[in-house]
Amino acid sequence: MTSPSYSIVKDNDGRSIWSFFRSELRPKGKWLTPFNIVSIPIMLLGLGIIIIRFANGIGSVTNLTQETPWGLWIGFDVVTGVAFAGGAYVLTFMVYILKMNKYHSIVRITVLNGCLAYVFYAGALLLDLGRPWNVINPIIGNSFGTSSVLFLVAWHFMLYMMAELIEFSPAIAEWLGARRAHKILSGITIAAVIFGITLSTLHQSGLGALYLMAKDKIHPLWYSEFIPILFLVSSIFAGLSMVIFEGTISRKVFSHQISKKNHHAEKGILHGLSKICAGAMFAYFFLQLLVFIHGKHWDLLNTPMGYWYLFEMIGFVLLPMMLFYYSYRTNNITLIRVAAILTMLGIILNRLNVSVIGFNWDTPVHYIPSWMEIVVTLAVIFTEIWVFRWVINRMPVLRESPSWARNEN
Amino acid sequence: MNINRRIFFKTAGVIGVSLAVGSTLGAASPESGEIEFRGILYDSSRCVGCQECEKACAAAHELPEPQDEVKAGVLRKTSETQRCVVNNYNTSKGEVFIRKQCMHCNEPACAAACLTQAMYKTKEGPVIWREEKCMGCRYCMVSCPFDVPKFEYHSANPKIQKCDMCYERILKGDKPTCVNACPGEALVSGTRRELIAEARKRIAETPKAYTDQIYGESTAGGTGYLYLSPVPFNELGFNPKIQNSSYPELSKGFLYSVPSVFVLLPTLLLGIHEATKNNQSKNEEND
Repeated sequence: MTSPSYSIVKDNDGRSIWSFFRSELRPKGKWLTPFNIVSIPIMLLGLGIIIIRFANGIGSVTNLTQETPWGLWIGFDVVTGVAFAGGAYVLTFMVYILKMNKYHSIVRITVLNGCLAYVFYAGALLLDLGRPWNVINPIIGNSFGTSSVLFLVAWHFMLYMMAELIEFSPAIAEWLGARRAHKILSGITIAAVIFGITLSTLHQSGLGALYLMAKDKIHPLWYSEFIPILFLVSSIFAGLSMVIFEGTISRKVFSHQISKKNHHAEKGILHGLSKICAGAMFAYFFLQLLVFIHGKHWDLLNTPMGYWYLFEMIGFVLLPMMLFYYSYRTNNITLIRVAAILTMLGIILNRLNVSVIGFNWDTPVHYIPSWMEIVVTLAVIFTEIWVFRWVINRMPVLRESPSWARNEN
Repeated sequence: MNINRRIFFKTAGVIGVSLAVGSTLGAASPESGEIEFRGILYDSSRCVGCQECEKACAAAHELPEPQDEVKAGVLRKTSETQRCVVNNYNTSKGEVFIRKQCMHCNEPACAAACLTQAMYKTKEGPVIWREEKCMGCRYCMVSCPFDVPKFEYHSANPKIQKCDMCYERILKGDKPTCVNACPGEALVSGTRRELIAEARKRIAETPKAYTDQIYGESTAGGTGYLYLSPVPFNELGFNPKIQNSSYPELSKGFLYSVPSVFVLLPTLLLGIHEATKNNQSKNEEND
């Protein structure tokens, strides 16, 4: 093979690779921004709580009980967070498999967002594990609990993180100026995409399947044998709403990095996404309706939990679905964003209803997360945003790739 | 592109088969062979609520001796410091004592839920928890229909506490310590088959003394712990929602669909990818 010899890392005026990394680690621009002023104390406080948690046990910082073994850290961080990260598999499907090139400019940021969400929210799982030093048991060794849905989910989380890292890796190669690696990594993108979509299909539904055995514990309005399918379908519009929401913020914060062409393309992208969301939500709503009719729970509607169920279904599924459709027809970008936020609230509501609120809903004492659980959750989210921002400011995620990378194909 | 596809198929194949086949073959099924499941028969009509079994259990498993006494109408619960409890219920036939602990299901939800096989259905019958494997995810607690596994929330090295039917003693051929401690022979140990025969005999001989049901014979797909009682079991705080078929059955359908998805979905995606390839080059020409 006669290929031109590229160095792994670009020549930074004779600087060594270490001084390059050191300069990249330093913050860029002023750091006393309102976001930093809010997030730094919360992250430090969260770190302190995490130390207490490892010293004195989970019970010292959480309100978990023997009846409610999974609380906010699982119900929100993991179950909801992973649904929001679903945008990555939906968008890679649209762009790499269906070749909808219109959405190409937002693939990278979505994959980055998804990848970090998995690392941090699935990583938050470690905080919730009572014996985290054994976390390696389902991966290596002779302790394969292969009849467990959680076994499948754990493997898929790990493999999917790798798949997303491969999908994102060309951006890292461009940052490092590694041309050879860039070529190889771009070449295996499609394999990673196909593998990643398959994994996502299975673990998005798998997160719902976790609750199949808790049949007697989940309120019948939220329990059905179709939870896995409902979780999968809702992850499509949950992920896309996150893409719309995150895009709205990124567009403002990182405005200078986005090329004029992509700024103009944004309207068309949002317009298209709102149509897809409306379609997916219609399918989801229809499925929920079928499940409800099939479950014959008419009598339960006229109870407090029934009102709560209607609140979720009408206020946070039917309403945003109609908003998406209406804003698609009238090309109203602001309304699309409102619909996306409503949809995200609906997803949080739905996942918490299955995993926390509707779980053992009839026990006399009900679980309410402690302030420390909430602080740790916020700290995890803020840390993710910090890393997200660090990457975007350094790697070609929003801005155009260097010319050598674009000319490669 | 060809190389990529080959790499992809190899990866997908290896991982797909190992994950998929693994989960199919690993589905919980009762052991067949020479050894029969052992169990315990608890006859509530013979129980006097003396708490000797509770004390023996605490001593055998290095747990604090229970201090609270059994009182009618006061519900005591198993906890991370107490693996079994006796309660007294006011029923249609007066005060009846009832004991609660792990049911040692034939197809335990906790063991099916455990991703490290820390919760484990032994071939002798007891469902045990293995410290060196457990990662403390508490999915067993979410899954168990009887809410049996208890977690030490206030420990930096937490354990799951639940009755293990004194597995060590059973391996040595001894009776569980609670059975030994019971002065009124309310607890009997033996193979599950023997115990069901014995329970049937007692109901047949004195039908007036018992309600015509052996709790655990078919509950949750059959349990190693079997109950006889003078009154219907819903008067004794048993959860009426618990189904008669096994709980791992509920997630079986999902797990069985995994291999098909793992083989068919990538094929479909690859097909669409190939089919849309020409489209793309045409578009690019037009651009």
